[in-house]
Amino acid sequence: MRSHARIGFILLLTPLVLWLGLLIVIPHIDMFLISIRERISFGVYETSLAQYEKALTEPLYLRTFWRTAVMSVLATAITLVIAFPVSYYIAKMAKGRLQQVLFMLCLIPFYVSELVRTFGWMILLRETGLVSTLLQWAGLADQPVEMLYTDATMMVGLVYTSMLFMVVPLVTTLESLDDSVIEAGYDLGGNGVSVLREIIIPHAMPGIVSGCIVVFMLSLGNYLTPTMLGGKDSLWFTEMIYNQFIVRSNWELGAAFGFMLLVLSSVIVWGMLRLTGRTLQETMG
Amino acid sequence: MSRTILLTTTLIAGMATTASADTLRLLTWGGYAPDEVIELFEQKTGHTVEVTKSNNEEMIAKLRATGGGGFDLVQPSQDRVMGPQMEFGIYKPIDMSKIDESLFIPSMLMATMANTTVNDEVYGVPHVWGTSGLVLNTAEAGDTVKDYTDLCDPAVAGKVTYRLKRPTLIGFAFAMGEDPFAAYGDEEKYKEIMGKVEAKLAECKPNVKTYWGGGDELMNLVRSGEVTASMAWDTGGWKLNDDNADITFVAPASGALGWIDTFVLPAKGQADDVAYEWINFVMQPEIAAMITAAAGNFTASAGADEYVEDGLKAKYQNSFPQEAIDNIKWYPPVPAGLEAIEGEVLDRVQAAN
Repeated sequence: MRSHARIGFILLLTPLVLWLGLLIVIPHIDMFLISIRERISFGVYETSLAQYEKALTEPLYLRTFWRTAVMSVLATAITLVIAFPVSYYIAKMAKGRLQQVLFMLCLIPFYVSELVRTFGWMILLRETGLVSTLLQWAGLADQPVEMLYTDATMMVGLVYTSMLFMVVPLVTTLESLDDSVIEAGYDLGGNGVSVLREIIIPHAMPGIVSGCIVVFMLSLGNYLTPTMLGGKDSLWFTEMIYNQFIVRSNWELGAAFGFMLLVLSSVIVWGMLRLTGRTLQETMG
Repeated sequence: MSRTILLTTTLIAGMATTASADTLRLLTWGGYAPDEVIELFEQKTGHTVEVTKSNNEEMIAKLRATGGGGFDLVQPSQDRVMGPQMEFGIYKPIDMSKIDESLFIPSMLMATMANTTVNDEVYGVPHVWGTSGLVLNTAEAGDTVKDYTDLCDPAVAGKVTYRLKRPTLIGFAFAMGEDPFAAYGDEEKYKEIMGKVEAKLAECKPNVKTYWGGGDELMNLVRSGEVTASMAWDTGGWKLNDDNADITFVAPASGALGWIDTFVLPAKGQADDVAYEWINFVMQPEIAAMITAAAGNFTASAGADEYVEDGLKAKYQNSFPQEAIDNIKWYPPVPAGLEAIEGEVLDRVQAAN
């Protein structure tokens, strides 16, 4: 009987171990080994920290690194601000069929690939695009308006791409909040602001934190949106990693960048949890 | 991102090993292996052809990840054969006795063989060639833009696009009166030239609408009229010419940049004989003309010009008077280390304000 249980346990565990080992742990070890070597001449490499030194001393790389981090945090904050009222409406105010329809509406853009969605934005916002033509027709602009290739456009794209990943956890946590608790808050003399601050937000905290973590990771690791909507001034860390690996054939520096990004995202997620006083267990469980 | 690349390459390598020996796994550019050519080849020989489309950088990155496995025939540009071979050993020598040399334009075959020779072994034979230069709306920018540096002219401000890649650096260097190819062997001199180009490109940045990445992006920008002057391939200009007679390819005053895409055998290719069969098959004049029709570029096949459609020939002659052909700057093999210098320049231009 016991050995049966053991076999079952091993069988169930195998896919997980294989998944983590083959697809995550081993490639990372390999990447780490690549990142700590330096090319001396044809096919000759030496172990050194030169790549990290280069990444940390070249102002351009550092600037891109921080820019990516700050913009991702900003994108996360904007997504939260927009998604919270939407989720509250879906979870608490909409009832029955309407609730399902609204939830579906949030989901529909994700039926098509990210590439198509980003192209959609390009069609709308380009100089000869829909919005520009509409503005001219309405007399609000006297010449074509270029709305692509700015940081603001990039932000719009990032927020749009990650909206669903904020709405889903928020709706789930808000739905579990009993309406009577909110009513009780008002009965005890609370107003809209204090009920929101004292009851709704604390209850929704696990949803907020897990939503923020997912959205932050998605923005930080996004490649398509910054490259396509950001245009000539887009500088995103993932783009630099791609460039080092594919365009420059400089795997050593690319691997070092990859590890810097991994460390950065871990630190920011840890900071986010510390700031909100939560543990990873509470958030994920 | 980097993780995904490593994973994809291992996955591709894993799938590839299961392919049987009479399958030709071809890693090439879009248009170089049109469906009708593949069909003819499969009918004639009974082999099957699997095509993967890519570009120079990705081809080398893929082969590097697998040590030269996963494909049986690849088509990098001739300047990307010697360096990667010395650095990573991802190709294998070509047995010239298995190639029908009479099918090739002799001068082009000799030049490519010379440029791809490492330790007395030949690694590449030519296939398709073309140039990059200026694609202009001649009605609007034809009078202003005669050379790469004219893209920075205030008259075309905000109506300009080019790639942020090495051809742009080389083109601007030539237009500024330098000779970057002559400085290939002298790293200090090359750095100095690139420094000047960097300053020029940074100064020029406000003029640029965006840096284009893919061919379709460029086509859209020019076709919609959002851009009137760009740096691009000759075929792009000729394709746009079909839609708008004002748009065409113009060879810049300092010379168009000429490239030749080659046939190269990857180190761990498993179907060399099929690869040789394919090379000899597609270099036949009639077949080469079909590839020219699909890709828009001419091939190194001797006598294929006769079979090429007249419209394309006319466009070609229009863009390239004899003196422009003589002025083409052919890319010599890139020595290792230069791309690191160029990479840093490109990064700094991208970050410049």
